[in-house]
Amino acid sequence: MTGNDLPGALAGIRVVELAGEASAYAGLLLAGMGAEVIVVEPPDGHHTRGFEPFLDDDPDPERSLWWWHYNASKLGVTLDLADEDDQNRFRSLVAAADVVLESERPGRLADLGIDHDTLRTDHPELIWVSLTPFGRSGPRSQEESIDLTVLAGGGPVWSCGYDDHAIPPQRGGGNQGYQTGSVFAVLSAQTALLARDSTGRGQFVDVSMHAAANVTTEFGSVQWLVAGDEVQRQTGRHAAIEPTTFTRALSADGIDVNTGFPPRSARDFAVVVEWMESLGLKDDFEEFFFLEMGAQLEEDLHLSQVGQDPEVTAMFGAAREAVRFISENITAYEFFIGAQERGLAVGIIYSPEEVLADPHFQERGFPVEVEHEDLGRSFTYLGAPYIAPKSPYRIRHRAPHLGEHNSIIEALA
Amino acid sequence: MKSEALSHIRICDFTGQLAGAGATRWMAAFGAEIIRIEDPVRLGKWDVLRGTSPFVDDRRGHEFGGCFNNHNVEKLGVTLNLRTDRGKELLAEIIAVSDAVTENFAAGVLERLGFGYDRLKEIKPDILYVSNCGFGHVGPYRKYKTWGPIVQACCGLTFTSGLPDMPSAGWGYSYMDHHGGNFMAMAIMAGLIHRSRTGEGQWIDMSCTDAGATMLGPVALDYTVNGRPLRRDGMPYSNRSQFPAMAPHGIYEADGHDAWLALAARDDRDWQAIAGLMGINDSRFDDLAGRLAYEDELDEAVRTWSSGRDRFKAASELQAVGVAAAGVAKPEDRIDDDPNTEAWGLWPTVTHGEMGRVRVDGIPAHFSETDWVLERGGPLLGQHNRQILGSLLGHSDAELTDLAAEGVI
Repeated sequence: MTGNDLPGALAGIRVVELAGEASAYAGLLLAGMGAEVIVVEPPDGHHTRGFEPFLDDDPDPERSLWWWHYNASKLGVTLDLADEDDQNRFRSLVAAADVVLESERPGRLADLGIDHDTLRTDHPELIWVSLTPFGRSGPRSQEESIDLTVLAGGGPVWSCGYDDHAIPPQRGGGNQGYQTGSVFAVLSAQTALLARDSTGRGQFVDVSMHAAANVTTEFGSVQWLVAGDEVQRQTGRHAAIEPTTFTRALSADGIDVNTGFPPRSARDFAVVVEWMESLGLKDDFEEFFFLEMGAQLEEDLHLSQVGQDPEVTAMFGAAREAVRFISENITAYEFFIGAQERGLAVGIIYSPEEVLADPHFQERGFPVEVEHEDLGRSFTYLGAPYIAPKSPYRIRHRAPHLGEHNSIIEALA
Repeated sequence: MKSEALSHIRICDFTGQLAGAGATRWMAAFGAEIIRIEDPVRLGKWDVLRGTSPFVDDRRGHEFGGCFNNHNVEKLGVTLNLRTDRGKELLAEIIAVSDAVTENFAAGVLERLGFGYDRLKEIKPDILYVSNCGFGHVGPYRKYKTWGPIVQACCGLTFTSGLPDMPSAGWGYSYMDHHGGNFMAMAIMAGLIHRSRTGEGQWIDMSCTDAGATMLGPVALDYTVNGRPLRRDGMPYSNRSQFPAMAPHGIYEADGHDAWLALAARDDRDWQAIAGLMGINDSRFDDLAGRLAYEDELDEAVRTWSSGRDRFKAASELQAVGVAAAGVAKPEDRIDDDPNTEAWGLWPTVTHGEMGRVRVDGIPAHFSETDWVLERGGPLLGQHNRQILGSLLGHSDAELTDLAAEGVI
């Protein structure tokens, strides 16, 4: 077997997932790790098959790229959970499952008689992961919620946006509220599987997206918890108590870069001096003298002296401006490579499509081709978060058509 | 008291910051024994968060970093001077009784300390080794340096946040430090599950930028399938909803200083409820196509209603008619004044050896049988030397005294 044919870490684990907007990413990750994930849709298809974008913009339930992306590697079956016969079929699926993953409104499955409380007696080893906006029992558990309100009410949005606070704070794109909840649902499933190895028992896990957003805001929470301080958003950099200086510049080809921390050591000043000279920019940069001065430093500049000591302030300011000046005179990629090869940590602000073309992602095999034999074509998908040679993470196959694997239900009944 | 979930797992842990420490934090909360190895000579400062703000009071130094405490709750702290042969021997003894070795140094650092994967395997043939850095240990950028904002820039996440014709807003914090840690935990647990089934260890190499790129969502396929790049006029516009299309969908001015209200109409029913509540009567907005075609006008109509209203009262009014809405929560709102985070127990108080009682981030999942426990703060430097080197490995008190005197621990 080649590395790519090896089973994944979760090979032999069967997951039954009730199709849902928020939990779809969790199912995708579990399937990528090798679990057999069976996604259960209503007979007329899950509503996310109606989500844009569509292949060639043709709004067909088999052409939703949203569905394709989040349901790759899964098997698909259809069940009408309001129908008694189908409820029994669902019970047989659950009987054959290690993990149930669902993001139904609290109470719905209990009303149908197919919730964990009802089924657990017969299946004490079953792990049931519920992903809901506010958890299953809190005072807000019945609130209406979508990705936007998870991120706005849960903390992330407060820290994101622009220096100009007349502009609304910003939500990050890409369903990050749902996905953050999903990441914790995956960690929960794995933790419960490891616990079952030692205790022999399954359990119920209640994952809250609101809680997940709340505990993934870095300083937004810790600063308040520890010191009672409220961070303030800033364009493209960390929300902070005191304003910080820019880290953003527009390179010569119109692509933004992150210019990182300005040099503070003699080594880094010397690197910037050499870089400017090699680009022939030295004579165009008025504060070059301060860079040369920095290259003679015996000790690193201390940030506490910036604004206090005039020479330190001048050197620090010159270094920051020099990095920006360089970035504005070359392409973003030249800047990124030129700085990083010299040991300066900077970044290039790629749009998603540019990520897939970058040599790093190419060499690590991140973009993967997924066969759509039904269309006679293959398409490039996002690949693995890590490289695990003995238990590879991979996209196994395209997302299922509606009811494509319904024969599984009879086989397991 | 400890959670039983992962109490059978022991990790020899070199992680730091949040992108690494966050991984073993999750596992510590569920009872894994996380032995954090630190350098006594540099006072553990290979994790700079040991000594950086926020601080609980005026005290400063390597025992007072607020983030360090938050990210290292329930872990054990051991000091080893790995420049010494004795320090290396003791580390080998810890590795020999561990299930995994974890680190998020720059690529190559652990190898230079003498503990690359080949050496780890010599010590323990079935060891799981999980490395995590910005670009991983494989690839053309393996020597490059990163931290959260650079990872987010290079993986496409920064670009996806913001307004058209403006620089990207990006993420106002290290979103990918949180998820770097979370994906690393995922990689560790995947490796442990594989090991428990097959008896086989391995080296799993994680790159935070790759983990971040898995989070881009369907926008990537819109390019690879339809050829439509996100870098185009009018995009991104991340407070609006692209996939699926919804309008209104945004963050609107509310009454008060820097106060905002988020709301959306998922469908026509939601829109009718919103229009009824806000008194908006405009046939252009009757269906989604119209609302998208006149989205600027629609947003202005919503803003006219929201701007004079308290963000939380307005959200309640919208919730009462079945519409998804939320006030944009400031830290105080969600930490001190949200009945749901309180009912969840989301901000547990831990006890730290120097800082005393401090609130920390809780865990966003509750387990019915083996729930998490967060009671102990981050370890003081060398706090558990006696427990690990003495009780676990069997070195005598006299030996430990000598090791301390020789600068080994």
